[in-house]
Amino acid sequence: MAILKTEDLTYTYSQGTPFEKTAINKVNLEIEEGELVGVMGHTGSGKSTLIQHFNGLLEPTSGKVYLDGEDIWADKKKIRDVRFKVGLVFQYPEYQIFEDTVYKDIAFGPKNMGLSDDEIKSRVYETAENIGISPEYMERSPFELSGGQKRRVAIAGVMAMKPKVLILDEPTAGLDPKGRDKILGLIKSYQQKTNSTVLIVSHSMEDIAEYADKILVMNKAELFCYDTAVNVFGLSNEIEQMGLDVPQITRVFNKLKERGIDLGKEVFTVNYAKDLVLKALKERGLS
Amino acid sequence: MLKDITIGQFFPGTSLIHRLDPRFKLIITLIFLIMLFVGDSPIGLVIGAVFTFLSIALSKIKPKLFFKSIKPILPFLIITALLNLFFITGGDVLFKWRFITITTGGIKTSVFMIARIILLISGSSLLTYTTSPIALTDAIERLLSPLKKLKFPVHELAMMMTIALRFIPTLIEETDKIISAQKARGAEISTGSLAARARNIVSILVPLFISSFRRAEELATAMECRCYNGGEGRTRLRQLKSSMCDYIALAVTLLFLAAVIIVNIIF
Repeated sequence: MAILKTEDLTYTYSQGTPFEKTAINKVNLEIEEGELVGVMGHTGSGKSTLIQHFNGLLEPTSGKVYLDGEDIWADKKKIRDVRFKVGLVFQYPEYQIFEDTVYKDIAFGPKNMGLSDDEIKSRVYETAENIGISPEYMERSPFELSGGQKRRVAIAGVMAMKPKVLILDEPTAGLDPKGRDKILGLIKSYQQKTNSTVLIVSHSMEDIAEYADKILVMNKAELFCYDTAVNVFGLSNEIEQMGLDVPQITRVFNKLKERGIDLGKEVFTVNYAKDLVLKALKERGLS
Repeated sequence: MLKDITIGQFFPGTSLIHRLDPRFKLIITLIFLIMLFVGDSPIGLVIGAVFTFLSIALSKIKPKLFFKSIKPILPFLIITALLNLFFITGGDVLFKWRFITITTGGIKTSVFMIARIILLISGSSLLTYTTSPIALTDAIERLLSPLKKLKFPVHELAMMMTIALRFIPTLIEETDKIISAQKARGAEISTGSLAARARNIVSILVPLFISSFRRAEELATAMECRCYNGGEGRTRLRQLKSSMCDYIALAVTLLFLAAVIIVNIIF
C-alpha cells in the first residue's frame, strides 16, 4: 500500500482576494514505502506547497492527503501526530537552530513527542552517529559549528523523531560539492538503514539522477510526471522546455544521438555512461 | 496569519492625491490634524469630515480599505466612548440609575471623540495609502533638514526608518518560515497550553534575532561596498519637486482650517 497518497489535492493561496493564486491543482499521486523520491520543478511550480501538505502544515483547499491509508485531516486534533510521522526539513534548516547545545537542539523534536529521557538520549546519539556528528560536539553550541555541520545538526533534529517519511527541501543548497556529496550520501544511507521513505527536493538534476529511485516533476501547479529516473529523463525534451535542466551527461548523450551515435539507452549518471561507452567501444573493437 | 498586517501599506496609483509632493502631503496631514482638534463645534467637525471625504474621493482608493484600517481599533473606541458617556458630566441629566448618569455633555464628548478618531485614522491612512514609504521618509528627511544645524542626525534617522520599513515584509516572511519549521518539529504554537506556547515562542524568537543580526551585518557590508558614508554629499535619484498643484492643495487645506477657526469664534 502506498504510504503517501493524494487525491485531487488543490491549494489556493489568498482565496477570495485579488491575490488569489492556485499553487497546486488536482494532484493525484501515490508514493510507495521505502522509496527515495526526487522532487523537481521550477521556482513557483508548487513543489514547496506540495510537500507542506504531506505533514499537514497546509490544509488542502480541496482534495485529500492520505498517510498509511488514513486521511490526515480526518481529525484535526491529531495533525501533530502526522508531523511526527512525516518529518519535514525546510530549506536552510540551520537558520532554525535555537538551543544552546547541539544535544538540546536535536532533542527538541523527540521532546515534543513526549518520549522518555532515556529514549530521547538514545535517539539523539543514534541520529548524530548516523549523520556524522561525533559525540564530543553534543555539549557544544551549535552556533560555533561550520555551515555544513550546522545543517547536519538541523537535519538530525528531524531524523531523531524517526519519521516514516522524511522530506528534505533543497538539503544541499549553498553547500560546496564536498558538503553536498556528504549530505546526500548520509541521507541515502539513512534511508537504507531505516528503510524509510525519503523525498528530496532539488534543483540539481545530477543529485537527483544519482540518488533517487523515482522522480516527481511539478510544472505550473500540476503534476507533470512521477516515474522512474529512466522514464523521466527519457522525456528530456519536455523537461528542458519547462526550463529545467537534465543532467549534463544526459545532454551529452542526446547530442551524440542527434549525430548518429545512438547507444540505445537513457543515460543520466556518469558512472553508467562510463560503463556504456566502454562496452560500446569493446563491441566495436576499438579498445 | 501574519500576512494580514497592513501597517504602512501603500496602494500605487496616479490620482491627484498620489501625485502630490510628499512633503506637502505631510504638512497637509499635520494641518488636517490641527483642524480636527481645533474645531469644538459640530459645524467645525463637519468641515473636517468634508475635507476627509473630499480627499478620499480624490484619491480613488476604495472606501472599504478605510473601514479595514478603523476596524482593529473599534473595540478601544467603543470602550472609551462608553467611559466618556458614563463619567463625563455636564449639561442636562438625561438618565440616572444608581451610579450611572448620562448627561448631554457626556453624549457630546463621546460622539465628538468617535468622529474625531475615525476621521483622524482615515486621514492618516490616506497618507500612507497614497505615498510610498520611501517617498515618505524622503519627505521627513527634507522637512527636518533644518534640524541638522542643531547636530540632529536627520539623515541617519530617515535611513533607519527606510530600512525598518523595507524589512517589515522580509521579517514577516521569515517568521512564517521559522514557525512552520518549528511546527514541523512538533512545537505547539497556535495550539496547546499557554505554558507550552510560551516556551515555544523562544524557538521562534532566537532564530529570528539571529537572522536579523545576520541581515543587518550583510546589509551594512553591502552598503559600504557601494561607498555609503552617510548623507554628506549624497545626491538623489528622485528629486522632490513641488508644482502648482501642491500649493493649491495647501491653500485649500489652509482655507478649511480658517473656516474651522472662524466657525469656532462665531459660535
